[in-house]
Amino acid sequence: MITLKIDGIEVQVPEETTVLKAAEKVGVWIPTMCHNDLFEPYAVCRLCSVEVVRGKRSRVVTACNYPVSEGIEVLTDSENIRWIRKFLMELILSRWPNVKVVKEMAEKLNVGKPRYESLEKDEAEDACILCGQCVNVCREVVQANVIGFSYRGIKREVVLPLGEQSDKCIVCGACALVCPTGHIKMVIEDYKGKKPEFTLGPKTSIYVPTMQGIPRVPVIDAESCIHFKTGGCEVCAKVCEPHAVNYDMKDEIVEIDVGQILLSTGYDIFDASKMTQFGYGRLNDVYSSLEFEMMLSSMGPTSGKVLTKDGKEPRSIGIVHCVGSRDTNHHPYCSRVCCMYALKFAHLVCDRTDAEIYQFYIDMRAFGKGYEEFYVRILDEGVKVIRGKVAEVSEVTSSGEYKNQLIIRCEDTLAGKILEVPVDMVILCNAIEPRKDIDAVRRLFSISKSPDGFFLERHPKLDPTSTMSDGIYIAGCAQGPKDIPDTVAQASSAAARILSYISKGEVEIDPVRAWIDDKYCAGCRICNNLCPYTAIDFIEEKKISQINDVLCKGCGTCVAACPASAITGKGFSDAQIVAELEGLLAI
Amino acid sequence: MEFEPRIIAFFCNWCTYTGADLAGVSRLKSPANIRVIRTMCSGRVDPTFILKAFELGADGILIGGCHPGDCHYSEGNYKALRRVHLLRKMLQSFGIDEKRLRLEWISASEGDVYQHVATEFTAQIRSLGPLNWKQRFEQKEPKEQLIAV
Repeated sequence: MITLKIDGIEVQVPEETTVLKAAEKVGVWIPTMCHNDLFEPYAVCRLCSVEVVRGKRSRVVTACNYPVSEGIEVLTDSENIRWIRKFLMELILSRWPNVKVVKEMAEKLNVGKPRYESLEKDEAEDACILCGQCVNVCREVVQANVIGFSYRGIKREVVLPLGEQSDKCIVCGACALVCPTGHIKMVIEDYKGKKPEFTLGPKTSIYVPTMQGIPRVPVIDAESCIHFKTGGCEVCAKVCEPHAVNYDMKDEIVEIDVGQILLSTGYDIFDASKMTQFGYGRLNDVYSSLEFEMMLSSMGPTSGKVLTKDGKEPRSIGIVHCVGSRDTNHHPYCSRVCCMYALKFAHLVCDRTDAEIYQFYIDMRAFGKGYEEFYVRILDEGVKVIRGKVAEVSEVTSSGEYKNQLIIRCEDTLAGKILEVPVDMVILCNAIEPRKDIDAVRRLFSISKSPDGFFLERHPKLDPTSTMSDGIYIAGCAQGPKDIPDTVAQASSAAARILSYISKGEVEIDPVRAWIDDKYCAGCRICNNLCPYTAIDFIEEKKISQINDVLCKGCGTCVAACPASAITGKGFSDAQIVAELEGLLAI
Repeated sequence: MEFEPRIIAFFCNWCTYTGADLAGVSRLKSPANIRVIRTMCSGRVDPTFILKAFELGADGILIGGCHPGDCHYSEGNYKALRRVHLLRKMLQSFGIDEKRLRLEWISASEGDVYQHVATEFTAQIRSLGPLNWKQRFEQKEPKEQLIAV
């Protein structure tokens, strides 16, 4: 530890600490403009100049990169330093008189109108003040090395290589983030044919997926994380005190032996861009239900504010029901949850904005406990409900504050009128549809799907949670669209079923099994390879095959194949089937 | 009286039998000519059952199994498929039109497919006419024929 004095205050700091950090520790303010903790001190603004007294000698140094040493005394507010700061500040202010951070700093340092006139005066409010933070962050943190300084002296400027957008730029936005004047802006534009995506996803690459999730730990999105693009950054690892950030984690396959499986693989939402008339993905401010849900979330990109893409509060919002559901071109079934969440959206929007809300519905299905009451409450809140399927959402350009407005065209089937409703935002209630990989999953567990594409239950009324495969249960939207109470009920039922088998400790098996009559088995071994469960073993000593009763599922493939008719399928023996045939063909 | 074909159907328990059941539950009208025998798997259908059925007077045989890849027993339907292929060749040598034997993949949720197949197959057998296989082998002696005349 090193002991030093700053403006008469004694302080102990570790070696290698800079004077700036030591001053921070005792609460002494030193002005800076180019310093940022993200990267090594750059010391170009010189505003952090301080006087260091060692014995009888004193010298002026920059606090941001001057390491402390034993016994020094630092003066941050001496006559000399005040004069130096004023002089530097005047130079800076004379060149960039209108930049906000410069003006603020000048005010703090009591610098009025500069005494000098700059040859390269830049009067822009967002002028580049050459602090170099963007260059340093790109070089040291992002490690993309895209931005650099060019020219010297008064002509110095921040440039891209050859003045062009570089392929090496990963468009991370770090430079724009650190820029103190706003000179660097993130502009969404077509760049080399890549259309930028409008998303309402997480704001950062490291984020907590859901605040209610268990365990509530952040995840890194490798696709957008700077570290996975350039190998640099690692800011999150640096700030994490328990050192919990690990960039080397890989997906791993874990094998677990289980006796029963509950499939609750959920659903996907219908891709509304398939219905081009709604303009999803084409028009601004047309959102899918999940995107809007994200917008409403206090952890979301707008911190829960309802805003259009221009950042304005919408004056009116249209909510379109049944996008892809109850539609013979897409999904004939009703997605069941949309009416209620659309009403919830309306309620929350009413709460947070003064926007007028229009609901366009085919039938309002408020069928659950307390649902109809909620619907009535929404009507009382002044939400306009229009019975009619929306034909088209189009964009019109108008003058005024709101340049682009959406028009919803629809027939009000109760009033018998064609309506054109101008709105600032459209929310689509996408259908719930089976997961894209549902076929692969159901084949893995050898279960069927119903005509709508969801997992098929053993019986739609009497056994809605188990499947044709023993020990495989289904719950939630994997079995069909349903809301949270229904999912909880179904999943609880499945869990109870599973537990009942576990507490029983033994499994009942179907009596339908095949057995081999030793007397007739010739030991030809044809059946051995046919069995999909490898339940048939050949016994070398006896030269016959034998069936393992527990492994056999009773499909009867071996029974049909046995050339000696030595195998009998219990419940489905040759004699029984032939008797059935005779009976059926007797008349 | 119009010829009413007698069709024997072997349906697997998990897919086609359930699918046919669904057709019934959904009140989809399908011909009553089809007489169903349930087996656990289409792989259980022994080719001798089919010959036996023809012998006992069936005019057509329908075998229903799960779609390829969907078999409850992994691969029983593939075994049914190869047996049916071989059996078709054998039927031809017996002088039985191979159209009288049909194999269909109908899943548990395809009640409408069952209805369609049942209707179409019944119409096909109806147009092929009665098989009367057993009677063909019971041709009476010339003397008896004379007496009959």
